[in-house]
Amino acid sequence: MTNRSHLSQLLLDAGFLLRITRSQGIARRYFVVNGFDGALTMLGLLMGFVVSKPTDLAVVISVCMGAAIALGVSGVSSAYVSESAERKHSLAQLEDAMISDLSAGAHGKAVFWVPVLIALINGCAPLLISALIVVPLWLAYAGVLFPLSSLYLAMLVAMVLIFLLGVYLGRISGISWLRSGIQTLLSAALTVALIYLFAGY
Amino acid sequence: MVCIQRIVLDVLKPHHPSALEFAEALAGVGSDYHVRLTVMEIDANTETLQIEVSAPAINFERVQAAITAMSGSLHSIDEVEVRSLPEHD
Repeated sequence: MTNRSHLSQLLLDAGFLLRITRSQGIARRYFVVNGFDGALTMLGLLMGFVVSKPTDLAVVISVCMGAAIALGVSGVSSAYVSESAERKHSLAQLEDAMISDLSAGAHGKAVFWVPVLIALINGCAPLLISALIVVPLWLAYAGVLFPLSSLYLAMLVAMVLIFLLGVYLGRISGISWLRSGIQTLLSAALTVALIYLFAGY
Repeated sequence: MVCIQRIVLDVLKPHHPSALEFAEALAGVGSDYHVRLTVMEIDANTETLQIEVSAPAINFERVQAAITAMSGSLHSIDEVEVRSLPEHD
């Protein structure tokens, strides 16, 4: 089996386990919720730096990545613990209904793999989104010149990603993607306004 | 040589995987396997199935393993059709 077919088989197996345990919706929800957390945390940090005294870019990057890694680790551990308990409970209920041991079957495998998959999704979402937001800061640190401050550019990236998460939610729920995108963008704008109000003086 | 050519099984399974996925997994056990799956009863958490598998030579252990892998529980073997094939030198 080639690496590619091995990977596609792994993805098929992961999809199958998520489907039989009806965990696709949970994984999607975790991705959006924790991704949104990541983006909003980065936006808050960046806004904090904007209203503070000018800080060295290396410090800004370190602080942002520190927060991103903490969100990622928190996402992995919290989702794994809660989903693991949930899957064990579901398996016990199913075994009661079936009056048989299902540990060797797909549902038994799901008790281990589904929490791992959901924990990875929950942890990777804020980490990836935060990393994307920090890209302008990295580029500026590497010497790339931008027409506006890299802090503002990173905030713009955060706003775009928050809008896209809203669009994604709108598409899932079947409501207007524009309305949903604007709703999430408004919560980001509110965050910026609150930070300016309380920390801007 | 004796070959199992048709078996009818009584199986209990959870709602997921679906009947379609279940039948596909059983048909994938070997080449030229024909599977007919009938849902006999649906409960809150489970489905009772009647599964008819036919093939030129059924590997029963592999069929049973596929049922277990799909979280099914084999309750009984209701019908069996076995054929003795002539030996060739």
